[in-house]
Amino acid sequence: MGLAEGMRGLLSARIAALALPGGGWTAAARAEALDRLGRLGLPSRRDEYWRYTDPADLVSAEPAAAATFDAGDESPPFDGIERVRLVFVDGVFDPAASDDPAAAGVEIGLLSREGALARHWARALYGVLETRGQLPVARPLAALNTAFATEGVLIRVTGRARRPVSLIYTHADERSDVILHHCIRLEPGAELTLLENGPAAARLNMVMEADLSEGATLHHIRAQGRDHDRRAATHLFARLAASARLKSFTLTANGRLTRNESVVEFVGDHALAHLAGAAVGDGRFHLDDTVFITHAGVACESRQVFKKVLKNGAVGVFQGKILVQAAAQKTDGYQISQSLMLDGDSQFLAKPELEIYADDVKCSHGATSGAIDETALFYLRSRGVPERAAQSLLVLAFLAEAIAEIEDAAIADDIRGRLENWLARHES
Amino acid sequence: MLDITDLHVKLEAEEKPILKGLDLSVAAGSVHAIMGPNGSGKSTLSYVLAGREGYEVTAGTARLEGADLLAMEPEERAAAGLFLAFQYPVEIPGVGNMTFLRTALNAQRKARGEPEVGAGEFLKLVRARAAALQIDAEMLKRPVNVGFSGGEKKRNEILQMAVLEPKMCILDETDSGLDIDAMKLVADGVNALRDAGRAFLVITHYQRLLDHIRPDVVHILADGSIVRSGGPELALEVERNGYADILAEAR
Repeated sequence: MGLAEGMRGLLSARIAALALPGGGWTAAARAEALDRLGRLGLPSRRDEYWRYTDPADLVSAEPAAAATFDAGDESPPFDGIERVRLVFVDGVFDPAASDDPAAAGVEIGLLSREGALARHWARALYGVLETRGQLPVARPLAALNTAFATEGVLIRVTGRARRPVSLIYTHADERSDVILHHCIRLEPGAELTLLENGPAAARLNMVMEADLSEGATLHHIRAQGRDHDRRAATHLFARLAASARLKSFTLTANGRLTRNESVVEFVGDHALAHLAGAAVGDGRFHLDDTVFITHAGVACESRQVFKKVLKNGAVGVFQGKILVQAAAQKTDGYQISQSLMLDGDSQFLAKPELEIYADDVKCSHGATSGAIDETALFYLRSRGVPERAAQSLLVLAFLAEAIAEIEDAAIADDIRGRLENWLARHES
Repeated sequence: MLDITDLHVKLEAEEKPILKGLDLSVAAGSVHAIMGPNGSGKSTLSYVLAGREGYEVTAGTARLEGADLLAMEPEERAAAGLFLAFQYPVEIPGVGNMTFLRTALNAQRKARGEPEVGAGEFLKLVRARAAALQIDAEMLKRPVNVGFSGGEKKRNEILQMAVLEPKMCILDETDSGLDIDAMKLVADGVNALRDAGRAFLVITHYQRLLDHIRPDVVHILADGSIVRSGGPELALEVERNGYADILAEAR
């Protein structure tokens, strides 16, 4: 299948700006990814999968400039959590600012530093879940990532990680265009908490491939923001073997354009994946949460909880699909996407989908958008709670179901505190 | 305590007046009851006093200890000592009962320039008040009124009243939807709060509640104004004969 001339021009312009890291253990995977990308072409507004989000800024040859962000006196996310910090400045690992990776008690490597003798497991993972995730829906930005990623962490866990691994992104260059690719491999019964936060770049393309063996658990908590000019496309590809557990939560604050895709595949039985998002946007904010869950194993549970608070012209998008294959009996699938509009100017676009081929399953979905409940607001005020505080309380209550997906109480408190701060800053 | 003079109220969206020159004076330490047929303006009176949006006061005044109630925001009225026990308590998913109560109490104290109550002290206070109303600790952990039975919701209103210790308590049909045991429990809760510095305005359809909360004065509200006032015997008269005679006499 050939690409139209215009698309071919766009693709060559995008690729021309990038260098294909040569040689090494990823060479074959990168060549295949480039080939895939050539066949898929870059996304455009005309693609059904990009109907609500214009990818133009994500595929242009050069990124739009983005002012570097100063968080003022707000402490960085996860500050009080004991963890192993790995710092990336505009996508480049900063060893001086980072902790000793060995303290996490897990195997940690860097994509850029693994030579030809790269770990066998990473070789068997890099680009593999991304490739699986290209069907039935194409994800060209992820293929581009596999081909051109310059950095990323390679983490392998065999037991229970001593401390959370914390990926901290900062950006100092107003035109940085960063492509990160992380590979996470959890061996049977292993457990890891992975934290991510910070403005990574003017434009970020990030892929995380997470391969969960039997009985493994991955807690993934991400605090995206608060950089205003961010353009970002992220993909989480997860494969779950029997009885594996994945809990992924993303806080998204601010950002001109963010597309977070999660692609989860249950290949074993009795596994569980909960994906959640709490987002706050004021003004020029566009967040697209796109989720695709494939149930191939028996009696797996998937849960999607995505909540967005929007005001002043902010746009929220949710595309969520649960695909239940014929063999995946006893599937339990739940999906809820809701937005709370703090004024009349914002927009929420939702496309929930269920595609079910098994006959003994329980699947439900719901999408709503609405304003603050005036009756509840009056009730709180009649008890003496000032209007702004009452409104914050109701907004946090709206987001609570998503935050509840974070198992660690201290991390959940940290996230809740950030949302409170955001609400206090955006009162009007 | 509460002084209402010539109060006229209509819905913002409509021209039709609901309260048409209501006068009422409730002294500290007393319990007043308001009875009246459906549509007479009982709930409107309670909402207007609490500051709910959607109503327009076209004439008259309402003062709490001399302060102009109608000029205040709902939260300012609460801090000034006004409390409305809702006829239909509102469910607030995601907000825990304890968080709600503590936020409310400390917001009021802050507004009055009093020190905030610490977590431990607050817990002790609520546990003691809840026990008196036979509210179990599990209920306090749940979100505000979510999944509560009708009786639990009304008891929760009285618990809030007991914790916030307002000066002027308005009970809007607190007896509706309660069986006799639940009503007695609620009445006991109210009676426990009666003292010389506090006043009550009990709005009810039925005399039954007034067997348990003995009023000093009973008013009959009809078509937007008080048409008759008397002692507790007035409530008994309504119970026996209905409103027809009283209304006919008023006309």
